[in-house]
Amino acid sequence: MSNVPQELRYTKTHEWISLNEDGSVTVGITDHAQHLLGDLVFVELPEVGDTFAEGDDCAVVESVKAASDLYCPLDGEIIAHNEALADAPELINQDPYAEGWIFKLQPDDSGAYDALMDADAYSELIAEQD
Amino acid sequence: MNKRTPLYDMHIAAGAQMVDFGGWDMSLNYGSQIEEHHQVRKDAGMFDVSHMTIVDIHGEQVRPFLSRLLANDVARLKSPGKALYSCMLNEEGFVLDDLIVYYMNDSWFRLVVNSATREKDLAWIAMQAIAFDLEIKERDDLTMIAVQGPNARSKTHQALGERADGLDDLGVFYIREVDEALAVARTGYTGEDGYELMLPVGQASALWAALLEAGVKPCGLGARDTLRLEAGMNLYGSDMDESVTPLESGLDWTVAWEPQERNFIGRQALEKQRDAGVTHKLVGLVLQERGVLRNHQKVIVDGLPAGEITSGSFSPTLGKAIAFARIKAGAGDKCKVEVRGRLLAAEVVRPPFVRNGKACI
Repeated sequence: MSNVPQELRYTKTHEWISLNEDGSVTVGITDHAQHLLGDLVFVELPEVGDTFAEGDDCAVVESVKAASDLYCPLDGEIIAHNEALADAPELINQDPYAEGWIFKLQPDDSGAYDALMDADAYSELIAEQD
Repeated sequence: MNKRTPLYDMHIAAGAQMVDFGGWDMSLNYGSQIEEHHQVRKDAGMFDVSHMTIVDIHGEQVRPFLSRLLANDVARLKSPGKALYSCMLNEEGFVLDDLIVYYMNDSWFRLVVNSATREKDLAWIAMQAIAFDLEIKERDDLTMIAVQGPNARSKTHQALGERADGLDDLGVFYIREVDEALAVARTGYTGEDGYELMLPVGQASALWAALLEAGVKPCGLGARDTLRLEAGMNLYGSDMDESVTPLESGLDWTVAWEPQERNFIGRQALEKQRDAGVTHKLVGLVLQERGVLRNHQKVIVDGLPAGEITSGSFSPTLGKAIAFARIKAGAGDKCKVEVRGRLLAAEVVRPPFVRNGKACI
């Protein structure tokens, strides 16, 4: 069974989103996604200062098997990315919800986070796909 | 529903991620394919390769038949048990399949051919055999387990107990029938020492369990692919197929031109191509920048399209992306590869990339 933490929000494309105290959000890929991809060997990170609309492809995670786009969950600007992934992409496999975070985004709309899918809805989604 | 190997339940019990592979349910990995890769390079891993097709050919005319059927020359098989890698070509010199042929005795040779090409191969072999007096038998009563890695042989001996007596003497690329229910071949598809074990379907689970007990770890098709790529071994259907010849596939060394009077199928077409010079060749690539090489990415030489990648992946041993690519003959030692819209620099090398646990490029 995949790990789906209750306190996070999710997208249909298997990103997780957490709300930080300053109103920014942290984004990564879910345990389910890393399991499907297998061992990650390369991550292409978005640049700090880049702006994206919801649904834009903004990063790439590549496993031994395949490359997969990451889609921006909300409109906003990139304010940080996880440098550690350049040398250790396997952090995403080992710890997808903490050490394996991918980027931080300042959303244009502070209320947009609340509209994202919750853990129960995401659990249901991946159960249907299995 | 997909076909299942006799070891299916063992894979599920070991937590395998299963995948469809040419109509078979096969294990892709048991968690981490990179860990499985290193396991084979450093210790011992085992692969369920029951989907491979074993074909036994019996009869006094087996040598002249294979001498005609195969581009490599079975005359190179001088002592019983010896094995040989060869392509099987059509009259146009194109590759129908690649295989290993084992010289069991003077009236019995064994072929191991690919699973995806099974029906085509069996039909082709049967058709070519019409002029010969032979008995051709597919051995679907047998299954195959590959045990590979520097400790593969000692751990297999441990698992086999008394049945392993004398196996220390088995040479590289030799097969031996240990008893009526087990043939042990010192062959493989990883670039490491080890065995391929052929045994009755009903005994597969017991041997798999004994190998687990001896410390051999199960490995999936994911690791098998990166291991063979590092080892410089072609994959039929990716690196060659019925649209290319061995000379365009890095397999010149498997074509036995001498003696000239041996008229193997495809010889005339190959000679013509050899004399005219090949326009394309299969080379190795090592990516010099960060990224991953994938099948069908375009290769650019001196600003012009020169061909494409036939097998690309990440090399766990080298920590870089590597590939085979079929490109125009005469290209130098540098090229670019179009990776997700960007042109990345790659070095052109001669495979293998890794042998016996060590980088060789």
